[in-house]
This record gives sequence, C-alpha cells and structure tokens, in this order.
Amino acid sequence: MMQHWITLPILWPLLTGVLLIFMARAGRDAKRAVSLVSALVSLPIMILLVQQAMTDQIQVYALGNWVPPFGIVLVLDRLTALLLLMTSILAIMALLYGIRGDDKPGRNFHPLFHFQLVGIYGAFLTGDLFNLFVFFEILLISSYGLLMHGAGPARTRATLHYVILNLTGSALFLIGVGTLYGMLGTLNMADLAVQMRNIPVEDAPIVQAAGLILLVVFGLKAAMLPLYFWLPNAYSSASPSVASLFAIMTKVGVYAVLRVHGLLYGPEAGVVAGSIMAWVWPIAALTIVFGAFGVIGARTLKRAVSYLVIVSVGTLLIVAATEDQQTLVGGIYYLIHSTFITAALFLIADIISEQRGATQDYLAPAQPLAQPRLLAVIFFFSAASVAGLPPLSGFIGKALILTGSAGASFAVVMWFVMLGAGLVGLISMSRAGSTIFWRVSESTAIGRKADRMKLAVALMLLALSPLLTIFAEPVIQYAQATATQLLNTTGYIEAVLGPSALGVQ
Amino acid sequence: MEILYAVVVAVLAGSGIYLMLRARTFPVVMGLMMFSYAVNLFLVAMGRLRTGAPAIVMEGAVYTDPIPQALVLTAIVIGFAMTSFITVLALRARGEMGNDHVDGQEDQEPGR
Repeated sequence: MMQHWITLPILWPLLTGVLLIFMARAGRDAKRAVSLVSALVSLPIMILLVQQAMTDQIQVYALGNWVPPFGIVLVLDRLTALLLLMTSILAIMALLYGIRGDDKPGRNFHPLFHFQLVGIYGAFLTGDLFNLFVFFEILLISSYGLLMHGAGPARTRATLHYVILNLTGSALFLIGVGTLYGMLGTLNMADLAVQMRNIPVEDAPIVQAAGLILLVVFGLKAAMLPLYFWLPNAYSSASPSVASLFAIMTKVGVYAVLRVHGLLYGPEAGVVAGSIMAWVWPIAALTIVFGAFGVIGARTLKRAVSYLVIVSVGTLLIVAATEDQQTLVGGIYYLIHSTFITAALFLIADIISEQRGATQDYLAPAQPLAQPRLLAVIFFFSAASVAGLPPLSGFIGKALILTGSAGASFAVVMWFVMLGAGLVGLISMSRAGSTIFWRVSESTAIGRKADRMKLAVALMLLALSPLLTIFAEPVIQYAQATATQLLNTTGYIEAVLGPSALGVQ
Repeated sequence: MEILYAVVVAVLAGSGIYLMLRARTFPVVMGLMMFSYAVNLFLVAMGRLRTGAPAIVMEGAVYTDPIPQALVLTAIVIGFAMTSFITVLALRARGEMGNDHVDGQEDQEPGR
C-alpha cells in the first residue's frame, strides 16, 4: 500500500478540483471549506513523502506497471519531496489569503487553484520527458485562468502576453522532445541519460541543439534573461494570493533545468558533457544584473518584488551551472528561503497597497497607512531577509552559496553580481520603505486596518525566515544529502532502470 | 517524400513565426496554430517516415514507430484546448481594451 502514496500528490488535488467544478453553484463558504481542507490534508501526505525520501532510497512508481523505460514513471527523490512539501505549504498560505476576498470575482478560483497544484506536483514527480510536457501544460492552462481571475484591462493584457509566450514555449518544448526522441529513441529521462552516454560524436550537435531548445523552454518558465519580460507585468497585476503561489512557478523551471540538463547533459554524459551548463552561467549572471536594475528602477512595490523574483532565479541558475556539491547545498537552502520570502513580500505589498487609497503600491508620497508601525516592522524584516542581511535566512543562503562556489571557474563573476545585487536590493528596499512609511502627506489615514487573517498569513510566511535560521542545521543536512543525490546521476538511473542498466557499457 | 515533407514543415513554421510577430491578436493566434501544425508534423517525422507500414510492432515485420503518433495525438488535444482558450482570451482583450493590438493600444504613427 505504501508504494502508492507517491501518486497522491497528483490524484488528491485532481479529485478536489473535479469536485469543486461540480460545486460551481454551491455556496462560497462550502467551496472555501472543501478547498482549504483538501490543501490541509495534502500537507501530512507531503511530510510522509519527505520522510520516505529521507531514507535516501529513490522511489520509482511505474504507472500501470509498465516496466521502465516503456511506461511513464513517477520518481521521488529528496529534491522532489522537498519541493512538494514547499508547494503544499505555500498553497495553504495562498488559499488562506485568497479566501479573504481574492476568490470573489469568479466561480472557478478554487478548482483552478487545485488544477494548478496538479500540474506543479506532477512536473516535480514525473520521470518522463513527454509527461513533463503534459504536466507543464496542465499547470500553464490553470495559471492562465488564475492570472486572469478578477479580470481588468491590466490583467487581460498581461495574461495575453503570458499565454502567447507560453504557447510558443510549448511548441519549442515539443521540438526539443521530438528531436531527442528521434536521436535517442526513448522518452524516459533515466533511459535518455543512458543513451546519451553512448551517442556517437557526429550526433552530438543535434543532441546539443535539442538541449539548448529545452533550455529556452525551461528558461521561459524560470524567467531567465532574455525571456523574463513577461514576469513583472504578470506577477504585479495578478491577485496577491495567485502571485504568492506563482513564487513556486519559476522554481519549476529551475527544477527542470536541474533535473533534465543535470541528468542528460551532466559531467558523465559522454560527448555532450557540460555543453549546456557552459551557456547557463553567463546568462544567469546577466539575469541577476538585469533583475537588479529592474528592482532599482521599479515604480511600484509589486514590480520591485517581481524583479526580486528574477534576481533569485538568476542566483539559482548560476548555482545549478556550478554542478558543485557545496554550492548546491547553499542553492537548495536559498531555494527554500527565496520562495517563501518573495511569496510573503507579494502579500505584504498588497496589504500596504490596500491602506494607501488611490496611490496603491506606487512608490510616491501618499496618505499615511492605517497601521504604520506594525507594517513598517513587517516590511523591515522582509526587506532585510530578501536583501540577505544577517541573522535572517537570506544571509545564510547567500553565504553558503558564496563559500561553496569559491572553486568554480566563474567564481569572481558570481561573487561580484551576487553581492552587487544584494546591495542594490538593500538600497531599493530601504528607498521603498522610507517612501511608503515616512514621506506621507499631512492628512490622516483613511484606509481601513488590514484583515487579521491576511496579516496572520503574511506573518506566518515571514516567520519561516527566522525559523530557517534557527533550524539551519537540519535543513543544511537535508540539503547536503539532496545535493549529493542530485549529482549522483548513476544512482538515479539505476533506481529507475534497475542495477544492470549501465552494465552494458 | 522526405524533401516535400521537410519543405511543408518549414513553410508552415515560417508562416507561423511571421504571423506570430504581427501586432494584432488574430494573426498571432493564426500564427500559433500554424506553428503548432508544423511542430506536430515534425513530431511524426521523428519516428522516421515510412509508407504502407502498420503502426504495430511485430517480430521481424516492417513497422512505423507508434510512439510519435501517440505523442502527436496528445499534442493535438492539448493544442486544441490552448487554441480555444487563446481565441476566447483575444476576444476578451478586444472587448476590454477596445482594440485588437497585442499591447492594448495603437502604435502612434510618425507625424501624427
């Protein structure tokens, strides 16, 4: 019975979503209750899966019992389990925030939300390249709906751009997958990695081209340099609960790079070894630089936070490009930190914007806030954490990455851009904070006090940052084992295809 | 046959990309559709082109690889859903923004 647990992260939200569609005409409270209970129930499932992953045994589930590489497999390792747990926590928080008003404009917020989770969980779990495409489409089509939710011209325009870009991305994904299938004759990721080790030299350029096409696709999801222009508009115009859930969406792209390119084009990949990651690090460094410029140039708080997401994506990609165990440990810690802190910042920006009347979150003088002291303290902590000041988690993550990467060939560039981006982030956030909290007009506050539930959710997300500092030791231990497991591609292949898979070489 | 097939894929993809770069939503939607047709044909070709061979794997028999056909079927279904979604979205954008420009506002022509 235990081996079937791995399918639950996909089936549970799927069933919830279907149930919620049939409840379309039911009362709002009933829908909220079903939705929230379902999200809460998935938390213990994810904790159980993390516990299973902590045995260091990679779990493989062959759907329909088709022996890999012929059927689709679900694979659960430490990285997948961690991301599932993070998504589940984030989903609960986003839902708790969403039921305080974001779900009002339409009937189908809750089903879309759960279908979105199906796609995210599935993308993390699958061990099949084409199945990854299918789950990408599921998460995308729900994200289109969620992004549009509540409508308004700004949202419609951002969604239109987002949809067109992602449809193009999906077509490119199919080209990449098709080329790999044509060359290697399989779609199972582990089997692809095996075939990749044995390809002749003359096939290398085509296989590399396929890898680069896939990098473009994942880069679009992750918001890598030339492909991030959709993100600030989309994230800053989305409703806050959706934006905070989307904090995990860019990480899906980073995860796909780590999984697919790490496995297929890693150091052991024969003639194509390392050919992709050589492209990733300069692009990632430039992503950080452009993201930092975006943060400092942003005119609204939500846009500034959106650009902070881009900076964190650049950081994670440059970590992925090092393919170094110590750097990856820092990267995994930073992944947890950056996901929750950017989600918290989207919510805090919304709470602040609600109290500033027509000025919203524009970084311009306005009426004073209804709760200036409380919000200033909250904002101060989140800004300090996101900029990477000690003792909060952003500092530990960055310190781990920087000390780990000392041996990388591009360590100088990496240190320069990461520390520079940290400084720019600090300057922009302090400028934003002083504008919002100090440069106020004489008139008294007319905004209403924030909804208690909304404040509580933002505080809970924010509290994860000091918690990550206090429990840094176990988290880093987990990250260390995760990094080791991630770099051990042979272990992954043998777990999926059996111990004799590489014996024929 | 290979050359004809390649030319068809190239023409479809080329027209699709050209249309996608237009500034109006209708050509962009048409472009996306044509591009996805090109990709579907490309996927079929990745199983190698054969005429008159069944898509059933049998011992010693000549067969067409059935997997790309299954993939294309999936891709067509997903593509259909996406096309209908973006058509509705384009109509919605036309209604909300008052024009069919992808940015929601007309370009200012020089000298106006």
